[in-house]
Amino acid sequence: MIKMRGIRKVYDTGRIEVEALKDVDLDIKGGEFVSIVGPSGSGKSTLMNIAGCLDVPSEGTYELDGESVEGLSMSQLADIRNRKIGFVFQAFNLLPYATAFENVELPMMFGKVPARERRKRARELLERVNLGDRLDHRPAELSGGEMQRVAIARSLAMKPKLILADEPTGNLDSKSGAAIVDLFEELWKSGTTILLITHDSTVATRTNRVVYLKDGMVRSQAREMAADMKALKERKRLDTMQ
Amino acid sequence: MRISLTIMAIIWGTLSITMLLAFGEGLKRQLEKNRRGLGDGILIVWSGQTEKPYRGLPRGRPIWFKRDVIDYIRDQIPELEAVGGEYMNWGREITYGEKTISEKVNGVLPDYEFMRSLYPMPGGRFLNKLDIERKRRVVFIGNQLRDELFGEPGSPGYTDPVGKMITISGIQFTVIGVMQKKQQMGMYSGPDWSTAFIPITTFETMYNRRTLNNLVLKPKGVSQAEFIKDRLYQILSSKYQFDPADKRALSIWDVIESARTMNKVMVGMQIFFGIIGGLTLIVAGVGVANIMYVAVRERTAEIGVKMAMGAKRGQVMAQFMLEALLISAIGGGLGLFISFAIAAALGAIPVQSEAMEWLGKPTISVPIALVTIAVLTMIGLISGYFPARKAASVNPVESLRYE
Ligand SMILES: Nc1ncnc2c1ncn2[C@@H]1O[C@H](COP(=O)(O)OP(=O)(O)O)[C@@H](O)[C@H]1O
Ligand SMILES: [Mg+2]
Repeated sequence: MIKMRGIRKVYDTGRIEVEALKDVDLDIKGGEFVSIVGPSGSGKSTLMNIAGCLDVPSEGTYELDGESVEGLSMSQLADIRNRKIGFVFQAFNLLPYATAFENVELPMMFGKVPARERRKRARELLERVNLGDRLDHRPAELSGGEMQRVAIARSLAMKPKLILADEPTGNLDSKSGAAIVDLFEELWKSGTTILLITHDSTVATRTNRVVYLKDGMVRSQAREMAADMKALKERKRLDTMQ
Repeated sequence: MRISLTIMAIIWGTLSITMLLAFGEGLKRQLEKNRRGLGDGILIVWSGQTEKPYRGLPRGRPIWFKRDVIDYIRDQIPELEAVGGEYMNWGREITYGEKTISEKVNGVLPDYEFMRSLYPMPGGRFLNKLDIERKRRVVFIGNQLRDELFGEPGSPGYTDPVGKMITISGIQFTVIGVMQKKQQMGMYSGPDWSTAFIPITTFETMYNRRTLNNLVLKPKGVSQAEFIKDRLYQILSSKYQFDPADKRALSIWDVIESARTMNKVMVGMQIFFGIIGGLTLIVAGVGVANIMYVAVRERTAEIGVKMAMGAKRGQVMAQFMLEALLISAIGGGLGLFISFAIAAALGAIPVQSEAMEWLGKPTISVPIALVTIAVLTMIGLISGYFPARKAASVNPVESLRYE
């Protein structure tokens, strides 16, 4: 599904250049449920943006679903995002003035799905995420967990092969966060490839495979990762004690 | 708040552009009517006094037109379609039955019917050749004169004037026709609607007059007016022995020319008003663009999400273009509606004051409405386009960044 070779990404902010990714190789097969963990600023979001064709690497090659995305036009990339990828964000990013139903319809509007089919599917998806009774609610009228479930329903609208979720539980309490991960697990079981970025080790342990990213590089050494994880847990413990 | 202010600006711009154009249009139509009222494309010629000595003759010598000058001009200037001269006598006693009024009497030729737009109402006629030859005592009366002597048609006590006898300066005349009501703004001797027109020959014997008050000439083509004016100085200066360059000897009112200049002034005014309205709308358009720019800035995250979901450039732009068009459509619609309401309200006021009559009634013609709508659409499109383009150039990665 995802095949990255020698991916490098440099942000040129004018005065300073930030090397967000340095020589990343990554393979994710269809049907995998993979989490990416790593400290803040390690390049996780950058990696996801490239995987999601929202951004292009400075160097390296990227094949999505067996096809190279190099040299594709803006419009072609938009098409790929529309048909093959579903995004879920930490901040939910629903349209505030649109209802849950309309938010789920939106990708299908861009995909020019006929109105009747669009409505039917939006309803089905919201029922699937247990929001069948919230169709006409606007984001402000929903809880964080509900908003994220609307966002997941939206990400599924065009039946994508790949779901990219950037810290989807980051803004949620542990209970609704766990419910979201349950939902991802369910999706994975029905055949969707999922790439999940997280800070949370308990979330990461629920996936098939954990990719550890640090300083823009994939670290395979389990020890290094375990040490970082331990430090992270310690910090969390201290945080809760205070 | 911002939106309502901008909508107000568009309403105001639309209102000013349509109302100003509408007033211009009304004025133009009014002038057109007036010109028709006096006579279409005629020259009116008065004799004056010489200002320059000529071949031993002193300056300050008055020129008098006698009736023979009519035939003389007709012979000398074949480019004229018709030539006429007239006598006038103001404040004559005119009586029908018990009613006596004092009004103007004109002695004229049959050509006056079409030269000066003196058309009879059905059942009557204008003066003809035989009336002139036989010095008949017949009279063609203005419609207001009819109202005063015979009553307004339909009112109690009204009698059809045609065939009735009226007395003018103590002499009995038969009424042969009544002038159709017409708009007459331009006039040189008083309105036609309160004048009694009698044969020029009858006038001469009755008032013992031999000096014409003025001549009326109608060129075959409007474009010949200048040439005819020159010719007129040539031939009349040789007939009456004055310097052809002596401008005071004759005075000529070129109704065509004045109508043409008035028209130009009007078109100029419309352009001017249109520009003012247009500028107001442009300012309003800048307001719309501003609102849209703010909207784009406020919604960058939203734009980024849409892009992530696969919105194409055009789909991102469409929303902002439509919003800008909607704002200008709301403002423009209200503006047009108010303009129509004002025009209708002014149109309903009976024309009473002189000023109103001169200004004419504001008229919103189809072209004016179309021009306004076109301008509004343009403004909506342009003021939406640039913000929309900015929206389409949002970098989704930047806008979705969340720390
Ligand atoms: N658009 C950008 N312009 C400049 N620097 C950026 C941009 N996006 C990310 N970075 C930098 O790249 C690095 C990796 O960022 P990111 O991928 O967001 O990390 P993570 O998601 O793991 O926290 C960070 O140092 C960040 O400051
Ligand atoms: Mg991140």
